[in-house]
Order: sequence, then structure tokens, then C-alpha cells
Amino acid sequence: MQISLFVTCYNDVLFPATGIAVVKLLERLGHTIIFRPQQTCCGQMHYNTGYQRETIPLVRKFVELFADDEVIVSPSASCVAMIRDHYEKAALMVQDSQLLVKVKQVVPRVFELTELLVNKLAVEDVGAYYPHRVTYHPSCHSLRMLRVGDAPLRLLQRVAGIELIELPNRTECCGFGGTFAIKNSQTSSAMLDDKVHCVLDTGAEICTAGDNSCLMHIYGGLHRRKEPVKTIHIAQILASTREEPTA
Amino acid sequence: MSVHIGNAENAPSFPRAARAALINTQLRTNVRNATNIIQAKRNNMTGELPDWEELREAGHAIKNHTLKYLDLYLEQFEANVTRAGGMVHWATDADEANQIIGNIIADCTGKEIIKVKTMTSNEIRLNDYLENSGITPHETDLADLIVQLGNEDPSHIVVPALHINRTQIRDIFQKKIPLHELGIDNLTDDPQQLAEAARLYLRHKFLTVDIGFSGANFAIADTGAVVVVESEGNGRMCLTLPDVLITLLGIEKIVPTFRDLEVFLQSLPRSATGERMNPYNSIWTGVTPADGPSEFHVILLDNGRTSVLANGEGREALNCIRCGACLNVCPVYHQTGGIAYGSVYQGPIGAIVTPQLQNLEHSRSLPYASSLCGACYDVCPVKINIPEILIFLRGEIIRDEQRTLLGKFQLENIAMQAMALVFSSSGLMTTAEALAKFAQGPLVHDGIINRLPGMLSGWTNSRDLAPMPRKSFRDWWLQREKDKGQ
Repeated sequence: MQISLFVTCYNDVLFPATGIAVVKLLERLGHTIIFRPQQTCCGQMHYNTGYQRETIPLVRKFVELFADDEVIVSPSASCVAMIRDHYEKAALMVQDSQLLVKVKQVVPRVFELTELLVNKLAVEDVGAYYPHRVTYHPSCHSLRMLRVGDAPLRLLQRVAGIELIELPNRTECCGFGGTFAIKNSQTSSAMLDDKVHCVLDTGAEICTAGDNSCLMHIYGGLHRRKEPVKTIHIAQILASTREEPTA
Repeated sequence: MSVHIGNAENAPSFPRAARAALINTQLRTNVRNATNIIQAKRNNMTGELPDWEELREAGHAIKNHTLKYLDLYLEQFEANVTRAGGMVHWATDADEANQIIGNIIADCTGKEIIKVKTMTSNEIRLNDYLENSGITPHETDLADLIVQLGNEDPSHIVVPALHINRTQIRDIFQKKIPLHELGIDNLTDDPQQLAEAARLYLRHKFLTVDIGFSGANFAIADTGAVVVVESEGNGRMCLTLPDVLITLLGIEKIVPTFRDLEVFLQSLPRSATGERMNPYNSIWTGVTPADGPSEFHVILLDNGRTSVLANGEGREALNCIRCGACLNVCPVYHQTGGIAYGSVYQGPIGAIVTPQLQNLEHSRSLPYASSLCGACYDVCPVKINIPEILIFLRGEIIRDEQRTLLGKFQLENIAMQAMALVFSSSGLMTTAEALAKFAQGPLVHDGIINRLPGMLSGWTNSRDLAPMPRKSFRDWWLQREKDKGQ
């Protein structure tokens, strides 16, 4: 299948290894990846902070750029949730019926990575090898907006060599919340504190998730406490093989 | 019209108020323990119902329908209360409601009233008003009594004394209740002893005060009946023993028919206290000769509700049945407790109700007091999409600010406009990326960024940040394409 990658702005610039992992993983499974270099950002930060008008050009850009792609994948539950839950609303807000039509055409073809693998491609064993103790943090947007359910865990369970440890209070937010982490810095930090303690309680070497935004936050708290636990996107675990292991 | 929601117009911003709460470890422990217990009970009680999702859907549909025809149902309710011998008063705002209640009490002989838990009376600050007029209100719900005697602010819409533990309660009782007169010598912090002290203290009030005061959980349009659910029996006493009964309710409390209780009397107790049913469900219609109060007044309070109703995007906030489940599940509330919300309505629901009732003139930091994790929407028994309304209100606030020159030149707005420009083209994004990589140089120490300037210091106060890697995904991809082509 030909799959178009929406890597997202922060993965592109801050976490390139995640995008590379998605390409390697899907190519290993026999798919062809297209990357449209004109892509930028889904607009979530603007939209959720209240700058909804400023999001409209990004919505327009997205639906025009990906108009002809059959399947679009993104290694970010949060950005997919933005597209799926808010693009239609954004088009309605500016009463642009042409934009609305395009949104309705493109949005159903956008999938979060684990959703694509388990629900659309019906794969659970991706042939990965990752001999580490791992705990999985289900990000809020994957859990409660996309409702990916146990798709990520089913993928992780089939990874050879992995030891999965359940994260206590796993459904509770890590406290990131985009600009919330800045505007309500202290409350956000207190939430992060709880999450970091839960991660440490598992004794895992690695904390993974489907969103690098949460992982960036959790990493920030772990590193400040000089804890050696690493954070890594689920795509990088799934891309890891015996021949080419992810560090 | 002047809308007052408790003292919300003078409350500090959420981030400021939260700071005080966050350093209070006792408060945070109390809140965490209490919410964990209620949440576990709630999850058991909703989990055992095979049709829980249908109940939520039904509650949502009934409430939406009622709001759509609220004017008609209110008039129907008024007609039926009047027919049953009650008196209906309409109050446009808090001041008017207080005056109406004050006038009713002035016509009575007594100078005291007994109250069953009502948040709406906190909303209009009735107790302050009455005390200034020489009337003594007695809260009879145990938690409300604790809050009243301790001069505390309520911190939860269902369990207002959630932030106070039993040792603190003992101290309050020792100071404020004439224990010796009640025959209590050594009060310990044993919950049974504390409850017994309150019971003895209140029993006397129930038997001597002849004006009762309540709110309402529901008001039924087609019969004119009013419903109060509670757990302690104090409500039953307030509603039946006094000669005069005054009930204050927000206009959104209406449901069309008696049959609708079938839905809410299942979903409310399970969501609020994790019980299959409330221990006491009082439903009464007007007055009945020689049985209960001989005089019954209903005050229908607007206080900003019609302006919320006029707002297509935010009006679902009025569907709330005040169960508090969204507070118990909220990770922000877990950290700060309820007082930081500066309102009688706290937590996620408070963050969409309080600012809207005030027409966004105050409490503008509340819509931002959420990480938008969505847990509140998942538990809401009437399916209010709280995150969606929070985002909408943030939009209203920003659009409002951008109308002024000062707002336009605010740092955040400038940064957001700059980011919007950067994202408008991949070329600009690449340029900005190169600039950022250059700019981050002096900030990186030992391979990590641990101190950022200005607004962004909010991040590095407690969190490190890995520097931007040398090559972006885009660089990798374009290089690979180039290599393939060779």
C-alpha cells in the first residue's frame, strides 16, 4: 500500500528518529512511503490555546496537500485527534463550505500509527525485537479522543525480547497539555511528579508512548531528577530488529 | 442586571491560587485520598450497569431538549406549583434573589433558618446577606456545617469539606459548638464521635427553627414537584418540619416530566457518591394541609443563565446535574483541590460554568486550568463535552483580547502570530528551525537545556529539555531521496 506520512512539526524538528522509524517499519512491512515536504503543522497548539482563526490556513494547507493520498499516517495521536475532532469544526467556524467538503474527504483517511497497523492493516506482530524492560504510557488523546484502546499494547506484546510492565495509574494525564505546561507551570509540574513516580515504580528502563509530546514532558521530569530511565516513541520500538536494533 | 457567582469576581487567577494550594501537602493528601475513594466507588457502580452508556445518552438528550424549550417548561412549572398552593418568584440576579428571600423571612416571626445543602445559595452568597440582615442561617449538611463553622470555602460541589481532615474538624467543633451544653466533654477525632456531636447540635435546630431552606436537584414541569436527594436525612428534616419552606433553584434545573427522574435518579447517585440510590429522595408538590410546611416559596434564579443559554457552543454547561464526577477524575483538581478555582463551582465543570455565567468578564484564567486530557467528558453522566467547551471559551477570550491594541501587542499573541507565519510554509519552517538551532547554542549545557528565558522558563522550572538534533526528519528524507537518485 502507498502510505503518506504526516510526520508532524515537532517530530520533524525535535524527534526525527521517530519519523525515520515509521518509514523503516512500514517499508519493512511491504508498504511504500510518500513524504510531502511542503507539510508543516496540524495547528493544534494554536487551536487549543484559543487562536482558532490562526489555525484555518493550516487546516486548508493540510487538506489540500493530502487531498490525493489514500492513506495518511502520523506517529502522533494528539495531532490525529486534532485533525479528526476539530478540522470540521474549524471549517464550520469560518463557514467555508468548500473547505468543509475537503475536510470531510481527507479526514477519514488519516490514521495514528498503531491504529493503522492494528485496525486498518490488521497486523499485530510487526517482527520487532527489543530486549528491554518497558512501560507504556497511554497518552490522553490516544486513549480518550482516538480510542485506540489496546492497539498499542497488542503491538508491544508481540515484540520479541520485550518485558512489558504495567504503569500504575496509567490513564492519568502526565500534565503536558501543550501551553498548559507553561501557563499553569506549577500544576503541570505537580502532575508530572506523580507520573514520574509511577514510571519509577515500575522499575522499567524505558517509558514509551504514541506521542512524543508526552514523552518530552516525562523525559524532562526524569532527566531533571537525574533518573536514567529513557523515553522512546513506540514507533522506534516497533522498528527495532535484531539486525538493526534501536538503541 | 449584576451577576455575582459567589465571590468569583474578586478571586485571584487560577495559576496564582493554585500555587498556594500546591505547597499545602496536607490539602493535597486529603484531596487525593478522598477523590480516590469516591472514584473507585463510582467506577464500581457505573460498571455494573449494562446500559450505563445509554443512560448517559438519555440524560444528555433530556437535558438538551429541556434547554431548547426551557421557556415553555418554566411557565408550565410555575403554573403547576401555583396550582398546588406554592408561590413562585423570579429573580434575574443574585441581589434580587437575596432580596426576595429576605422579604419572605421578614414576614415570618423567626430570625433563624435551617438549610439543606444548596450550592445555588452559595452562588448568591445568601448566608452573608442574611447575616447582615440579622438572620442566622444554619447549614445542616454535615460537610456544609463544617465549612460554615470553620469559615472555610467549599472545595467540592458534592463534598464541600473534602479538603479538611477529621483532626481539623475536631478543632473546628471544639471552637464553634457549645459541646459542654450538649453533654460532650472530651471530643476526639473519631468520626463517630464527630458525627454524634453534629447530630446533637443540629437536632435542637431542627426542632426549634421554623423556616426551612433548600435548593433542588430537579424541578418537574408537568407536576410542579421539586426533588432533593441527600444522604444524611437532614434534608428530610428541613423540608418537612418547618412551617415555611423556601426553595431556590437555577432555571436549568427543570426536567419536563416525572418519568425523566427514571434516568437521573440512576445516573446522579452512582456518579456523585458511588451509591445505587441516595438514602433520602424527597419529592414534594406545593403544600398539603396539616402535613409539612404550610407555606412554600420557589425562587427561579437566572443570574447569567439565559446568556449562557443564548450561546450555542457553550450552553451544554447548563446540562450539569452537579454530581462532581468530573472533579474526582480531574488530574488538575487532584493537585490543587477546589478552592483554587475561586468559585462555588469548582473543577472542570466550574471552569466552564463560572466564566460563562459572568459573561467572560471574570474568571478568564479558568478555561486554561486544564490539560484537556478528556477524563471529565468520559465520566460525565449527561455527556457534557467539557474539553470542547474549554477550547471554545479559550477562543472567545483570545478573540476578545485581539480586539484591543494592548492585547494585540501581548507577548503571547505576537509569539502565536509568528508561529502561525512559520507554519504557513515549509520553507519558513526550515528557516526558523535553522535560526532556533543557532539560538539554542548558548542555552545548552552538558548536552541539555535546563534554563530557558521569559515565558518559557515555565518549562525549565521543573523540567529539562533535550536540544534540537542537528538534522531534522526532512533533512534525512531529502538526503535519502537524493542518494536513491544517484
